Amino acid sequence: MATRLPLRSSLALAGLRIVNRTSRALGVGQGTVAGGRVALRIDPQLVRRMSARRRIVLVTGTNGKTTTTALVVAALGGATTNATGSNMSAGIVAALATDQSPLTVLEVDEAYLATVAEATQPEVVVLLNLSRDQLDRAAEVRVLAEKWRTTLHNSSATIVANCADPLVVYAAVAQMNSKVVWCDVGSSWTLDARSCPQCTEPLHPEGAWRCECGFAKPIPDFVLGETLSGAGSSVELDISLPGAFNRSNAALAVVAASLLGTPLQLAAERVGTIREVAGRFTVRQRDGQTFRLMLAKNPAGVSALIGLVAGGSDVVVSINDLIADGTDPSWLYDAPFDQLRGSTVWCTGERALDLATRLEYDDVTARVVTVDEVAGQIATSKPVDVIANYTAFAAWLETTSPC
Amino acid sequence: MAGNDVTMLKIAVLYPELLGTYGDGGNALVLASRARRRGVEVEVVQVALDEEIPDAQILLLGGGEDGPQRQATYGLAKDDTLAKRVNDGAVLLAVCAGFQLIGTSYEVEGGLHVEGLGLVESVTTRGAKRRVGDLLTRVGNRWMVGFENHGGETELGSNEVPLGVVEAGAGNGRFAGGARYVDGVRRGNIFGTYAHGPVLAQNPWFADELLTHALGRELEPLSSVADDLHRSRVREIGDFHDDVVDY
Ligand SMILES: [Zn+2]
Repeated sequence: MATRLPLRSSLALAGLRIVNRTSRALGVGQGTVAGGRVALRIDPQLVRRMSARRRIVLVTGTNGKTTTTALVVAALGGATTNATGSNMSAGIVAALATDQSPLTVLEVDEAYLATVAEATQPEVVVLLNLSRDQLDRAAEVRVLAEKWRTTLHNSSATIVANCADPLVVYAAVAQMNSKVVWCDVGSSWTLDARSCPQCTEPLHPEGAWRCECGFAKPIPDFVLGETLSGAGSSVELDISLPGAFNRSNAALAVVAASLLGTPLQLAAERVGTIREVAGRFTVRQRDGQTFRLMLAKNPAGVSALIGLVAGGSDVVVSINDLIADGTDPSWLYDAPFDQLRGSTVWCTGERALDLATRLEYDDVTARVVTVDEVAGQIATSKPVDVIANYTAFAAWLETTSPC
Repeated sequence: MAGNDVTMLKIAVLYPELLGTYGDGGNALVLASRARRRGVEVEVVQVALDEEIPDAQILLLGGGEDGPQRQATYGLAKDDTLAKRVNDGAVLLAVCAGFQLIGTSYEVEGGLHVEGLGLVESVTTRGAKRRVGDLLTRVGNRWMVGFENHGGETELGSNEVPLGVVEAGAGNGRFAGGARYVDGVRRGNIFGTYAHGPVLAQNPWFADELLTHALGRELEPLSSVADDLHRSRVREIGDFHDDVVDY
């Protein structure tokens, strides 16, 4: 396929490979984004050209993008993907350059859906959820929902949409071709769906939510309960990743894969084998102590994870405030940390004091320590759960080793 | 109400479903916790759009996006309960969108000017750029730290006094006499600011000031992790040496 690209694109790809090799050799990151940036500067049309003749699935949403992307790849039995979570144009170019497989599954930053969808002309778009996340840099959720809606309005893609989330429904429901597969996979997060996305009147978000203005939860094509049922069949969905939210992600992945021709049953079996994604949920060790690493970077993310944390035990929460994390940790107050009452929470990261303050006000025992101290301070034979935001999570991966 | 020795404190969070974008619920949590630790019984009530504003000693208005902000304004403007509560002595903390809507008018996206509640005299227009970042202001002899994220610029009426003078950030985006911006508004028991998120979490002294007003008595000192947080934030944002920081 590369041979059919115009000279400009070939040059761009050569540039990408040189930069990636160089930055890897220099030890500055994985090199995917830097190379992608250079290539895009040489040929801004590169994503479009490299997307031609591929069957593309885009996965977007506030939480679960990386995991769901990996699950769709697994469900399909393999595909080209940006598995490192480099989910803006540069990372996507890098992913497309590494693999010629026509089946391509791309994780897309929620604010970049318009750009990427326009360039890649996807066959399927998976919409997971929308909730408040890094408000200091990201657009507010309603603005994002409106942007998605505009993007999807004329799209010819089939949309796999979580209809438990009113903002997702708002984005998908106006699609002209009405190729929307509504999936009721549940949602534990309602704080961003308390006022109607259509008219701003209060929305009652429980169950089959609806608003006076007529905006209401659509009749689902697939429902996730004990089994995943829809399209005239019902399949078991037993997954190895923990948490109800991961089961929801898996259900959407299975439905997406089925639209590309993988039988539901086979797709469900395949996602069941995935045990970790990009280090998330792996148990690692440091200084003789084992840790289970989990990533959460916004209130809905913490809300989804906190139920997995055993009550009454030691928990580590690491909060950084670099650009990738969001420089404003106000969101800590929207996350249900009160559920950690009874546990001892070891606070680490750049904003450990913000976290400790937030916990103290909710009567949760908090200890501020450095990352280097924490293993020495906890004495338990069981793996200690770590909830870390973006760069804090990366630091945990770096400073621990496999068991 | 204020001025009496109150042992039962009621805090009302107004329209959290509309005004609660930036962890605003945290302000109620901080007030309740700091009051309870002094032996005060506290009740926190969440007031929905169709409910009446209760007779509480502290009323909280948070931040929100344009649509919900307008919705909240219409809800509050349907009668004069809020003005009555404030006149009767209730403390009102209005943050960001909440601060804008208690003024004379504010402008939302698309150039629409919305009439505010007129509790204070202020006109908010859309600024040339969005102000996002740490905010540090001088309030009396105290430092107030926060984070701002708004597209508004607020001109206070000639009779109004700002809450603080900006050391870092933009606040109202308007100058005081000198070359400094000012932030928010202070009129009696009304406190307005662009420092969103739980501003009271980062400024325990400010939380105690509101409690003192609401309870009508001095409070015994209370040490908490928040003191360390405040000190470290002031130092980081203000880029001060230790000896310049006063409390
Ligand atoms: Zn509605």
